[in-house]
Amino acid sequence: MMNAVAIPPFERFYEEYRDEIYAYLRRLAGRDAVDDAFQETFLRALRGYPSLRHGRHLRAWAYTIATRVAIDERRKKTPVPALPELPAEDSRPAYAELDHLTGDLPATERAAVVLRYGYDLDYADIASALGSSEDAARQAASSGVRRLRRRMT
Amino acid sequence: MTVPTNTDLAFRERAAAEALLDVAYDLTDSPVGQLLVAATEQGVCRISFDPDPEAELERLASAHGLRVLRTSRPLEQPRRELDEYFEGRRREFDLPVDLRALPAFQQLVLAELQRVPYGQVDTYGGLAARIGKPRAARAVGGALNRNPVPIVIPCHRIVGSTGNLVGYAGGLERKELLLGLEGGLHV
Repeated sequence: MMNAVAIPPFERFYEEYRDEIYAYLRRLAGRDAVDDAFQETFLRALRGYPSLRHGRHLRAWAYTIATRVAIDERRKKTPVPALPELPAEDSRPAYAELDHLTGDLPATERAAVVLRYGYDLDYADIASALGSSEDAARQAASSGVRRLRRRMT
Repeated sequence: MTVPTNTDLAFRERAAAEALLDVAYDLTDSPVGQLLVAATEQGVCRISFDPDPEAELERLASAHGLRVLRTSRPLEQPRRELDEYFEGRRREFDLPVDLRALPAFQQLVLAELQRVPYGQVDTYGGLAARIGKPRAARAVGGALNRNPVPIVIPCHRIVGSTGNLVGYAGGLERKELLLGLEGGLHV
């Protein structure tokens, strides 16, 4: 039987995830858009907080919102094909390795690849992050990987 | 990578400005040590001595709602009035308090307590008599001991029947300091 996981006070949720969500949004939305996207992400989280039923998957939930915000921000802008190129970080966790590699993938494929291989989320979480089915999430990740392979060979 | 301070502060301010919080809180320094001050949309709901942030967050969330966030703007008035009080420039607080989360008896006791003027003291029995329950001095003591908004609701002005200070949830030294500040120690 699964124990109920209590929902923490918002301050604790925010403190726990703000840094990695900021880093994630900087990759996804770019340096110029990251501050707005960050605020919008956590404002949406605040609006949705009272309807959470338990405290499981809060991290995936935060990524879900951040990804939707980044996609919405991109839709608002004129169709620029590539996300901005970002400088490499000093310490290089997995998502940082993927940073320059995935820079010019389409937004959904990039999100799927980064969430799967950079953040190690499973396809169910990626699906909710992208607002799609699990199959579509798997599809987006694998076509992103295929596109990267093609480019490397 | 950490969030830039300006972005962090901007988010906190917007969260409060858009009325998305159940409780806003902040920390402030005072002559009686660091205080945590918290407020809902209705008014100040908590002032804590020696605050332990983790425990305070849990307590605020369970009393008022999960959307608890540290942000300074909504606490500006309470902080200013507290500063003025400690500087001896304020004898009464104008800021609203939010006592809705408390049991009815405690609300009654605290409402009556707010009538005890600056610089004066009353006894537990006296306060019990004033709410029409002269035998409830002990229960009144319990209600004061759990006063969520000390200083602003002046439980430090209630002393034992012989005039000794007796107890204070924030410690007797603080009670003495507050009464000394108000010039009400010699009763």
